[in-house]
Amino acid sequence: MTILEKVGPSPSRINGAALYDWDALVQEDRVHRLIYTDSAIFAAEMTHIFGGTWTYLAHESEIPSDNDFITRRMGLRPLIIVRDQNGTIRALYNRCTHRGTTLCRWDKGNTRSFQCPYHGWNFLNTGRLRGVPWPDGYATDLRDPKYNVAQVPRVESYRGFIFGTLNMDAAPLAEHLGPITQPIDEWLDRNPGGKVIVCEANRLKYKGNWKLAYDNSCDGYHVVYSHRSLLETENRFTEGSNKGMAYYRDSPDNAPMYLRYTGNGNHFKDKRPNLEKRPGGLWALESAHPGMEHYEEKFKLRYGARADGLLDLAGSEPVNINVFPNFSLLGNHIQVFEPVSVAETNAVWYGTRIVDANGDLGEATDDINALRMRTQEGFPNFGEVDDVANFEQIQRGLDAVEDEWVYMNRGLGIPDRIHTHPDGTITAPATDEVFMREHFKEWKRLMKARPNLAIKREP
Amino acid sequence: MQPAADPSRSSHYITDEFYRDLIASFTDWQRDERAIADPVERERFRMLLEREARLLDQLRYEDWLKLYAAECVYWVPSTPNAGDPRREVAVMFDDRRRLEDRVYRLRTGFAWSQAPASRTVRLITNVEVFATGNETVRMMRSNFLITEFWGDETRILSGWTGHRCIRQNDRWEIQAKQVNLLECDQSIRNPSIVL
Repeated sequence: MTILEKVGPSPSRINGAALYDWDALVQEDRVHRLIYTDSAIFAAEMTHIFGGTWTYLAHESEIPSDNDFITRRMGLRPLIIVRDQNGTIRALYNRCTHRGTTLCRWDKGNTRSFQCPYHGWNFLNTGRLRGVPWPDGYATDLRDPKYNVAQVPRVESYRGFIFGTLNMDAAPLAEHLGPITQPIDEWLDRNPGGKVIVCEANRLKYKGNWKLAYDNSCDGYHVVYSHRSLLETENRFTEGSNKGMAYYRDSPDNAPMYLRYTGNGNHFKDKRPNLEKRPGGLWALESAHPGMEHYEEKFKLRYGARADGLLDLAGSEPVNINVFPNFSLLGNHIQVFEPVSVAETNAVWYGTRIVDANGDLGEATDDINALRMRTQEGFPNFGEVDDVANFEQIQRGLDAVEDEWVYMNRGLGIPDRIHTHPDGTITAPATDEVFMREHFKEWKRLMKARPNLAIKREP
Repeated sequence: MQPAADPSRSSHYITDEFYRDLIASFTDWQRDERAIADPVERERFRMLLEREARLLDQLRYEDWLKLYAAECVYWVPSTPNAGDPRREVAVMFDDRRRLEDRVYRLRTGFAWSQAPASRTVRLITNVEVFATGNETVRMMRSNFLITEFWGDETRILSGWTGHRCIRQNDRWEIQAKQVNLLECDQSIRNPSIVL
């Protein structure tokens, strides 16, 4: 049994009044600049969104053994994600119950307990208070659960992806993810054993609101403009070359790719239909990477007909699978958006490598990974840097108070363009902004809600 | 052996053996007994590093690339202990062709993260030169302080660099550059300049 402590109403509401008229700020075709610039809205998001719905925390491969931990944040809450001494995954608040000091200042490690560096209170990695210096100085019973560290009350994994929420009324994680689990499954299952291991990250910071990144996550409209330097570089050797994201040139809305909104703020851009359907079809799209020709020749010599399929494991899977508010699978990356303040965000691109889960890859595993690391460094270096530069310039543009609106109406009102399916998902051409209109409906729903939030403590 | 190929056009030299040699040459190399005291030699490499810094500050990328061996690597690890680039993504890990990609991209005029370009000044100090088991190979350690003005901010990027130089073509060429950024494992704003 655990102890649940209900979290009171958001301090952003006075006598139950809404902070803003959310319907005025989020309209069918546009959103108000304040949602990106207002500190009070940001403060409310840190409970209504980051807390009010499922938030991605970490991948299980980052804490593979008992007593492993990493430090992360959920919104602004500092957390220690641990696999405790019994193997249970927990999201502990990185906050001493005595005076509030963070208990752990390391990014990762392995320990059975955390000792507060300020007064020496010592906690097991289950969250329970183990002891304090000179306990005879306390008249109170320190076994009271209120002295055990707070924890995210609901922590669930979907196939290795760890999410947490404070919302006791939220649907179970798998149900919440719903139809987006299909592309997640496919993204995993193309790797041996359906497994990936997180292996460091490309980490970018930008001076802009976190939603600018999520608004970009399924945006097929920006590619040929924001990433023009990347497209030109990837195709610099041959006239008519179509490497990388060249399928966005000319008429992307008529290409086989599409986007799908799957509910709860989640969406998916599927560029796989642009590929030739054959082993090696994915690799054929890759632009130049360090080691490319060497490993291609080595694989062909050593593995013959299997080579194409092996090379595909090093190639970037052409999908964007986005789970609101902070998680995106793209290429082989797990990208995480971390709000820092109303106008500052970290976009962390965790790399993944494969394991020889079925024992049929052998020595090829290391070679695939050596190539896969290099394919993964391409986009953060030559693509994402330009996106985040544009996010910063949006934030700057939105400082203009009187010019109030941000438009997201591409595709809205055009007959036969957007289709709602029997399962409730919505599909549209690749450059449509319906994904943004829909995730802002979810954002508005969460901001209006009176979520049933709680934290838990060990008894 | 692979057939000779133009490393600007195809990447044949980034092999498992190359990675192993690279990791070995950047492991346990800063040993006191290998430090070279000869002022002439020290001065030669100090001048090379100063020239590299100047060319980068002046955005003379094409001239800067000429300091490098045809088969070279530019490596910015994502962890303070550098790690194994075959198993971990790096902040940057460029072979000759990708370095030229990097320059090409900056020259397109559409690299928004460098439009307008950063202004930088680099201080290169504490240059030490180390012998290796091979008389045609030298290792250098230097500290750097890059002051970068971009957008609305002047910031400092700092750390230390390891250079591996090889004597060939009647000169010393940079074969590998490992840039150890202090904040390599933290989120970095606009990491789009060449370090």
